Amino acid sequence: MKTPPGSVSRYTTAARINHWITAACLILLALSGMALFHPSLFFLTGLFGGGAYTRAIHPWFGSVLLVSFGILFIRFVRFNLWNSDDNRWMGKIGRVLANDEENVPEVGRYNAGQKLVFWGMTLLILALFGSGIVIWDVYFAKYTLIGQKRIAAVVHSLAAVGIIGIWIVHVYAALWIKGTISAMMRGSVSAGWSWRHHRKWLRETAGRR
Amino acid sequence: MANLQSLDILRSSASTETPSRIREQPEVAKLIDVSRCIGCKACQAACMEWNDLRPEMEDFTGVYDNPSDLNPSTWTLMRFTEWENEAGNLEWLIRKDGCMHCSDPGCLKACPSPGAIVQYSNGIVDFVSENCIGCGYCVKGCPFNIPRISTADSKAYKCTLCSDRVAVGQAPACAKACPTGAIQFGSKSDMQELAHERIIDLNERGFKQAGLYDPEGVGGTHVMYVLHHADKPQIYANLPDKPHISRLVQLWKGMFKPIALAGLAFTAVAGFFHYVVAGPNEVQPEDEEHGRKALDGKDRA
Repeated sequence: MKTPPGSVSRYTTAARINHWITAACLILLALSGMALFHPSLFFLTGLFGGGAYTRAIHPWFGSVLLVSFGILFIRFVRFNLWNSDDNRWMGKIGRVLANDEENVPEVGRYNAGQKLVFWGMTLLILALFGSGIVIWDVYFAKYTLIGQKRIAAVVHSLAAVGIIGIWIVHVYAALWIKGTISAMMRGSVSAGWSWRHHRKWLRETAGRR
Repeated sequence: MANLQSLDILRSSASTETPSRIREQPEVAKLIDVSRCIGCKACQAACMEWNDLRPEMEDFTGVYDNPSDLNPSTWTLMRFTEWENEAGNLEWLIRKDGCMHCSDPGCLKACPSPGAIVQYSNGIVDFVSENCIGCGYCVKGCPFNIPRISTADSKAYKCTLCSDRVAVGQAPACAKACPTGAIQFGSKSDMQELAHERIIDLNERGFKQAGLYDPEGVGGTHVMYVLHHADKPQIYANLPDKPHISRLVQLWKGMFKPIALAGLAFTAVAGFFHYVVAGPNEVQPEDEEHGRKALDGKDRA
């Protein structure tokens, strides 16, 4: 998609497709996982053709997500390295939440909150895949002991709740900060949005043109 | 056996429905007197025959255990242990392994599929195959390492305590077949009484530590052992000393579930109220102006 005049390109087409495949996997994983996590949500197995199908397909969603997120990670990791500005930004988190960004340090491509989402997702996906393999009994039951499987089941459910929590924060932030969704839908954001939320990044982008 | 005794279901996995309470049944129990077992495997054969199970042929592993472990088609297994006692003499310990039918069943607690594991009011814990999704959580929940998942149909299997026979007033096939009377079946209180008689007898014959294995950690079991060395259950092919549902399983399947859902709901509601209170963060006309200038590289001038 062409960047409209007065807009700034933020995500390439490939990055957007990559993101939405990951997103779809995460949602399917959350639905199928929650179905087996709490009896009151077992009805969600109906979305996947019943309990046995849900049990069978869940790890495959996870495998696709691992690859898809892995590519996303390589794409974005260099923009998500933590620096001292991020500490100062975190110090002003109260002002950010109050929609008053006057004295908040200027932000590059990502602010500290976005970086925390990125690293939170990264670590939890690794934990989920690692523990998930251990309880993927159809193929891997014989490689671990029952005690190890119990630990894996607990780690898997803790990490899953953590990542769904991060996902809620991620989605809410996109709804709260108006003009954000266009970044992942159309690939571009308005100059005003960039000035307001990612001023340093806007200057860098303008400097490169 | 599914629904043979739906009136008598005491507990059902992953279910919030109130079980029927219209009638009560006495608790049953199978008493396995290890001191009377001669290791003939008639119980194994009877189990295969009654339940129409044919385990795959395995290779000989050099011990009497045959097959080498429980499997989806072997619901009971004689486990043989050569144990050297304090006096330096050999004792051949033979324990008939299989589901213990716990009063507090770890498999049922761990199962995520409604009605896949049920406990009848007579104490029998049964797997209902049509509701089993093959996740293997029962394997993780069981303190005795009993359930096995079939590779043929991805469903869990174990001893039913012949719930179909018991439902019509028959003893389990293994008890019926045992030639020495080492396997007895009846009401749990009768079996406890019988066990005490046997224990007194064993005490008199020099087995000072003889006792009944009916572990409290799982609320008692509906398969009990008379052991000549009840102080050392581990010597009987690793029979757990103080079995209980793993703390990890209790955490996973206990308070964590409601707390996790409440936490996620709270996160979403907090977001909603943040929006209501702080409002959306909207780009202002002056931002657009500054932004356009910056984009044209004029903001530093």
